[in-house]
Amino acid sequence: MITQQKIKEIELRAEAIRETVVQMLLAAGSGHTAGPLGMADIFAAFYFYILNHDPKNPQLQERDRLMLSNGHIVPVRYAAMAHAGYFPVEECLTLRKFGSRLQGHPERLKLPGMETTSGPLGSGLGQASGYAYGARMDDKKFRVYCIMSDGEQDAGNTWEAAMFAGANKLSNLTAVIDRNNIQINGMTEDVMPLENLRAKYEAFGWHVLEIDGHNISAIVSAVEQAKAIYEKPTLILAHNIPGKGVKEIEFDYKWHGKAPNKEEAARFLAELRTMKGKIQSEHE
Amino acid sequence: MELGETNPHVVALCADLAESTRMLAFKEKYPDRYVEMGVAEQNMATVASGLANYGKVPFMASYATFSPGRNNEQIRTTISLNNLPVKIVGSHAGLSVGPDGATHQALEDIALMRVQPNMTVLSPCDEEEAYKATLAAAAHPGPVYIRLAREKTPVMTGKETPFAIGKANIMWEADHSPDVVVFATGPLLHNALLAAKELEHAVPVIVINIHSIKPLDADTILKYAKEAGAVVTVEEHQLAGGLGSAICELLSVNCPLPVEFIGVKDQFGQSGEPKELIEYYGMAQSHIADAIRKAAGRKST
Repeated sequence: MITQQKIKEIELRAEAIRETVVQMLLAAGSGHTAGPLGMADIFAAFYFYILNHDPKNPQLQERDRLMLSNGHIVPVRYAAMAHAGYFPVEECLTLRKFGSRLQGHPERLKLPGMETTSGPLGSGLGQASGYAYGARMDDKKFRVYCIMSDGEQDAGNTWEAAMFAGANKLSNLTAVIDRNNIQINGMTEDVMPLENLRAKYEAFGWHVLEIDGHNISAIVSAVEQAKAIYEKPTLILAHNIPGKGVKEIEFDYKWHGKAPNKEEAARFLAELRTMKGKIQSEHE
Repeated sequence: MELGETNPHVVALCADLAESTRMLAFKEKYPDRYVEMGVAEQNMATVASGLANYGKVPFMASYATFSPGRNNEQIRTTISLNNLPVKIVGSHAGLSVGPDGATHQALEDIALMRVQPNMTVLSPCDEEEAYKATLAAAAHPGPVYIRLAREKTPVMTGKETPFAIGKANIMWEADHSPDVVVFATGPLLHNALLAAKELEHAVPVIVINIHSIKPLDADTILKYAKEAGAVVTVEEHQLAGGLGSAICELLSVNCPLPVEFIGVKDQFGQSGEPKELIEYYGMAQSHIADAIRKAAGRKST
């Protein structure tokens, strides 16, 4: 069981990651805001509790593999990795700049610890499935995680992979969908309805768990449950608030693909810092 | 098959065409290393990428129209940009799949693959060379595309014929100093050799087998192009973006020369027997002989 102390620590990490994300996007002048803010809790939980990894040795043989399928939310991963010690937090401000290791969409060969290259949607689950398949052939004990967006559930390749992972009972694979209900053109259910997502994955042979993606304890417990499911891959359907932490942009799909300007960033950061203070005092 | 024995990391992925792509034998001998993908070429590319990222050496096979046709973006992002050692085997390339018609005749696969950085492109001329290309691909650290034709094509090379990635092979050399050099790839090399023989007493010709389209053997190509002074390229592929284009990119920078092209001229294929199609689309022995004469003629003008 995760302790209250640990939960508080992860929540604070998530707020720090959110602040870094806003600073990065401001410095970059472009990028996605809603997704990275909405996924900060999950990334904090992965990098500060769930993953077996070593930031000083990104090639650690037995590390868990975290594959990011929806590459456009990579600022949150960069921020989480930097706070975890993979590289200096200041380097985050080079996001999307010429010569930076922090490409607009992640590249495996640019940054140690970035498990794969992604951006074009729908191709991460297949890669994670192949990885998990290979690892199982050699009886490896590490786990493969794949983080996806809900928008990329529109893509056929996602379902080809879901079918493959289900058919092969890849129980060493756990996928997480950032179910924030927005995509570039609007709400997912208006653009191309996805529901019933749970039933769809179950029909493809997956074990499905639904959680509040901002509840650290729920995230951790879902991942633990997935480890106990031996006959199926597990999908964690994480119900998230896009733009989480900044009230004025929460739930607003128009913030899917844009970065804050200077004034907006100042407001966002002030709000995030207030939240950090609140978390600190709540747990005291 | 041999690879299965010598390289325990080799795995085979197949998109519901085990018999056509000759993967059945591997499946029977190494069932644990055979991955059935179903009719899902995009996912075959991403799963292969994941397997290679983990540490396997995946060979993924389908008809070339589907792979690298349908799954081109997945190959680009997850294999080439990732620089992972996936070996993409595109079978039934060119017109030689015959009766299946235009939908199944890949005439653009060389172009699709050679524009991707990190990708090596091999186009063996016969069964023997396909075997060597497979071994070479497995030993190569990066991604490789192997273009294969239908299974029954003439065998022109032997066990002793050398094969190395990036190294062209001279297949025919006239007694006199050459007037024209023919660069051919794939099974059409056979027609090029027949044309060279036909012109034995008229136009001295060198025929060079370009089984490695990327990287090209620039030294050999430039040496013989300069020596002959005129070039004919031969491929069962669209002229745009294929071997002819690759050769001209090299020549135009180093030694611009008259070049004649044999290949498909911005058309789709159609149903028919391979021989009929080769004739109809202008890639038969007679067409190559005409192109050689024309290239030789252009030198003096």
